[in-house]
Amino acid sequence: MVKIHQRKFISADPEKCVGCQVCEYACSYSHEKAFNPIKSRIRLVRVNQLANMAVTCRLCEDPACVAACPRNALSQAEDTGNIVLDKDKCNGCGWCIEACDYGAMMLHPETKVVYVCDLCKDKADGPQCVKWCPEEALTIVTSDTLAQKARISAIRKLFQEKEEKQQ
Amino acid sequence: MVSLHNRKFISADSDKCVGCQVCEYACSFTHDKVFNAVKSRIRVVRSNQSMKSIALTCRKCQEPACVAACPRDALSQSLETGTIIIDQDQCNGCGWCIEACNYGAMMMHPESKTVYVCDLCQYRPDGPQCVKWCPEEALTVVTSDVLAQKARLNAIKKLFQEHEELEK
Amino acid sequence: MLGYAGTILYIDLTTGKSRTEKTTEETAKKYIGGIGLGMKLWLSNSKAGVDPLSPENPLVLSLGPVSGTMFPTGGNGHAFISKSPATGGVGEAVSHGTFGAELKRAGYDAIVFTGKAEKPVYLWIDDEAIQLMDASRVWGKSPGETEDAIKDEIGDYYVRVAAIGLAGEKQSKMANIINEKTRAAGRTGLGAVMGSKNLKAIAVRGTHDIKVAKGEEFMDMVKEFHERMKGPASMRYRTLGTVENLTIANDLYCMPTKNYSGSHLDKVETINADEINERFVAKIIGCNSCAMRCEHEALVREGPYKGALARIEYDNLWALGPNCGVDKLDSIIKAAELCTYYGLDATSTGVTISFLMDCHEKGILSHEELGGIDAHFGNGDAVVQLVEKIGKREGIGDLLADGAKAAAAKIGKGSTELAQHIKGLEVTGYDLRCLKTAALAAAVSFRGADHSRSGAYQLDMKGKVDRTKAEKGRGKLVKEGENMLAVIDSLIVCKNSKATYYKELADLAKLYSAVTGLDMSSAELEATGERIINLARLINIREGLTRNDDTLPWKALNQPITEDGPAKGAVVTQDELDLLLDDYYNSRGWTVEGVPPATKLQELGLAEFKSIVEGKEA
Repeated sequence: MVKIHQRKFISADPEKCVGCQVCEYACSYSHEKAFNPIKSRIRLVRVNQLANMAVTCRLCEDPACVAACPRNALSQAEDTGNIVLDKDKCNGCGWCIEACDYGAMMLHPETKVVYVCDLCKDKADGPQCVKWCPEEALTIVTSDTLAQKARISAIRKLFQEKEEKQQ
Repeated sequence: MVSLHNRKFISADSDKCVGCQVCEYACSFTHDKVFNAVKSRIRVVRSNQSMKSIALTCRKCQEPACVAACPRDALSQSLETGTIIIDQDQCNGCGWCIEACNYGAMMMHPESKTVYVCDLCQYRPDGPQCVKWCPEEALTVVTSDVLAQKARLNAIKKLFQEHEELEK
Repeated sequence: MLGYAGTILYIDLTTGKSRTEKTTEETAKKYIGGIGLGMKLWLSNSKAGVDPLSPENPLVLSLGPVSGTMFPTGGNGHAFISKSPATGGVGEAVSHGTFGAELKRAGYDAIVFTGKAEKPVYLWIDDEAIQLMDASRVWGKSPGETEDAIKDEIGDYYVRVAAIGLAGEKQSKMANIINEKTRAAGRTGLGAVMGSKNLKAIAVRGTHDIKVAKGEEFMDMVKEFHERMKGPASMRYRTLGTVENLTIANDLYCMPTKNYSGSHLDKVETINADEINERFVAKIIGCNSCAMRCEHEALVREGPYKGALARIEYDNLWALGPNCGVDKLDSIIKAAELCTYYGLDATSTGVTISFLMDCHEKGILSHEELGGIDAHFGNGDAVVQLVEKIGKREGIGDLLADGAKAAAAKIGKGSTELAQHIKGLEVTGYDLRCLKTAALAAAVSFRGADHSRSGAYQLDMKGKVDRTKAEKGRGKLVKEGENMLAVIDSLIVCKNSKATYYKELADLAKLYSAVTGLDMSSAELEATGERIINLARLINIREGLTRNDDTLPWKALNQPITEDGPAKGAVVTQDELDLLLDDYYNSRGWTVEGVPPATKLQELGLAEFKSIVEGKEA
């Protein structure tokens, strides 16, 4: 069993994200062989011109989607933390969609069951959104590395400020 | 074929729902001209343990279990809206659909002795009455796509707010 | 035939009825899409001499075969075509963003609007479901406010909206159509056409798949162009942005200042690209599918205009800045924001304001006649106030709202010499007196004064030709540039990506084939570009434009550059212009009057329109 801080998920850097939706196209093309954002497992949100960010499944601990399903169609993979769907059990009622705070669970317009980011587990070169993002705004991280990155950049900024003040 | 905007259902926000049952009154009065929670198509569930309340009604499932369960083919689903349609003549009140539904949305009507279910007030020009009357604005008519959109927007707005606050 | 949605939608706003037609393979190959398809549909659905602001003038919204795919800059464009209320000829405006891709997924290649709605409406396209919705609640609102209100009303936050602002409602001939709050289908006043139809906005949500014919080849191209777009060919869009042109043009003494009074500023440090990027740009964003990202969002952080937020490009920076003698960025950004708020073309608005300032400085208009606005060159606050007045058509703004040409006609007193326009469309930020290839291009451009219909200004500015000389051979260069851009705007890919097509039309032909599965060679595509330009010429001829309209603004022909520098004394004489026009018409195979002969039309497959040139070929 993989510990929570080792679970990998897709993280978007809002500083770098420009809102181009290339991730949506890459996702829908790699999973469905069609360009259609409605079939993308990652979605871009542009709150306004200055606030852009892509969002997908966070592989939460004790995920609300799994807890919400009245038919036990959802489970979380012990090794990766991926949300796993039993297609036969799902009837598309959408309670998991309502439960998810990230809008990461979605109803597929054709299969009529829900779908969610699977980190392109069947692709040799990993998540396609990360591969195609022209701004390198997407990365595959664990929450542990995210926290590390934040600490490092915070400290760098601090030292920069100090240096600037000293000058 | 169902487009993104057709299959709407009633969604309740448990953060807003106070368990007042106004929706039940609105529903029974609209459909049966009486105030009788037993005749309401939407029902409030209060969980004392978690201190939460939520109202519950038909989800317009894809491939609905209720329709599949009926041995008399009394139930069908509208292709366009996803609403469950009951053929009153066919239904004999056996209750298999009630057993099949995971949401307790199918119910036996005490007088007609047949089952009944939320029809999204399809004959009301102003839409579902439970939504209209809910004093807490806890109920909305939504599609699953819009639900996910709202979650995404909220999550990211919150994030950017935090960003701004940190920068200040 | 992939790439195309296969359906053209016709909406009669008078009756509220709609019908669809199939997009045939013949039409698809012949006109591609975008401006090519748009002009074909407009010409086939209109009568000669139609009043641009009457219900009988169709407004065409068209997409290209690449729209909706993942091709960088290609997924996102849409074009509007109609008869321009500003020029009386072809009205053409392309915009990018996400709107075009959404419309393609809804299943349409083009929409032809005719008639006029009784009350303000907006069109709601939910895949196959078409509905005209009451727009009384959003009438009077800005395009951005309209977008938010429509999203709320429909209850879907991924609905894409293209809307007009107050300027469009009041039928200003400088009104544009704005999508996603910041992207404008500007120039030629098509917002007024939309306003004249009582059509406030078009809202769309599309859910259908977009597939391409040759998936692997296509994705390889996407990959390659992602790399190219990060490379030197388009690097400047990603870094400093188009505002970099300001310094380049200024150094070459080809940046018109104070309404063509000068062509150079001694100091540009307060408004140059470094200043903008360091102190004002808060974020750079990109359109759907783009790997270039060029949209520099500039935010005013302090002072009286604190909070103003606008997309800044060289064009609006120049028009509202140096062109009005203004060297303060905060007021320029505020003025640009207001242009977007009212749905005004910033270039045309800026040039019309500089025209007014010129009139005021020359004593043609008094302080009182200006309603107390201190409209002297260099007064940025006055520019802001005037944009506001124009947007609302208030006071002096009413006089200016139809552009410089119309304003001069009303003012009289010799002011026509100060109105810097061609065919009724205001000039852009490249001094035509010392950029003679660009001067020819602007004179013959089918939509009036414009640098982006051929890109010829780049040849001049990069020194590929002697920019101060008018000589034979320029006609061919302009022709080639026009053909290329006609193809770019028909596919639709972004004009800013032009330099990444190393093999030019060959790259684009390959793209067309990969997307549609139809065979297309670069020679065929070249011929298609030529066909589209000829089609535009036919429209202008049918609507009464002649060689006399292929001219330059008065100052470009009569007032040489005075500043000491490389361009001192430069001006385009009528003789030079005639030489250039003759050369251009000749290279196009047109008559000396600029009319495509019937044989040319036959050759290009445009024989169905030959009645337009009958009797004019001599």
